Amino acid sequence: MQFETISEFIKMDGHGLYVWLSYAIGVSILIGNLILPLFTRKELIKNLARRLRRENNAQ
Amino acid sequence: MAGSNWLPRWFYQLASPRWCYDITGKLLPGFLIAAVLLLVAGLVWALAFAPPDYQQGNSFRIMYIHVPSAILAQSCYMLMAIAGAVGLIWKIKVADMVAFACAPIGASIAVMALATGAIWGKPTWGSWWVWDARLTSMLILLFLYMGVMALYAAMDNETTAAKAASVLSLVGLVNIPIIKYSVEWWNTLHQPATFTLTEKPAMPVEMWLPLLVMVLGFYCFFGVSLMLRLRNEIIRRERRSGWVRELITSR
Repeated sequence: MQFETISEFIKMDGHGLYVWLSYAIGVSILIGNLILPLFTRKELIKNLARRLRRENNAQ
Repeated sequence: MAGSNWLPRWFYQLASPRWCYDITGKLLPGFLIAAVLLLVAGLVWALAFAPPDYQQGNSFRIMYIHVPSAILAQSCYMLMAIAGAVGLIWKIKVADMVAFACAPIGASIAVMALATGAIWGKPTWGSWWVWDARLTSMLILLFLYMGVMALYAAMDNETTAAKAASVLSLVGLVNIPIIKYSVEWWNTLHQPATFTLTEKPAMPVEMWLPLLVMVLGFYCFFGVSLMLRLRNEIIRRERRSGWVRELITSR
């Protein structure tokens, strides 16, 4: 561990804002890239299932 | 292609959307576990345990997400262009879908590389942005991704859209060596490559090992995200085929 206390870890010798901001951007882009396709999949399957039901009822 | 069996069997299997859907379904959990483990370990290591740089202090920790994102943004572009070329030459639908799935991931990762670079530039160079050759060519990479996405969005016909997007991504491929060698060809602010395949890193092992872990984690993450998007696209385009109908009704 390079830091003695939590507040030192957060401050990072005055570079804290830069470091934490870039990590926040990085992590949110990574998570977004996993959540968005899962959300798309859910919507897609819901829509296709609805369309299939409609086709079956029409017959 | 009568009688031509010089290409391996898996190459033809890859061309089958159904086979691709099944194999990515089997590969996904492994890649996801590897990505989570590597990224969590790499993040903790990079933020808390790697030693600070003797010149840049703790702002150098930004490198651990800046460098992997820059590497991945370029690798993703190359995969997109190659998949596009395969789609153009062999008319393989799955290759077009891979190229389509690459574009939004690559664009967001290029944004990440540019944003973290700008934030790193402020305490290091004293400026958020300079028109340095490396930064400019990286910005062009983002514009290429956005151009490819715009082409897909603008055309209703999937085959025509894929053709246009593949041609654009192949033309844009010239930008990749420009990004790579920009720090050597032009005497600029951006520092030279941290990692090369041929030489030993100029950093001590306790600095580059977490970087290696992060790079591997980013690649595994890319695999997960790409497979998720590819599977969505397979279902969407193959929605009229029997196996997708069965898949939907069985849920």
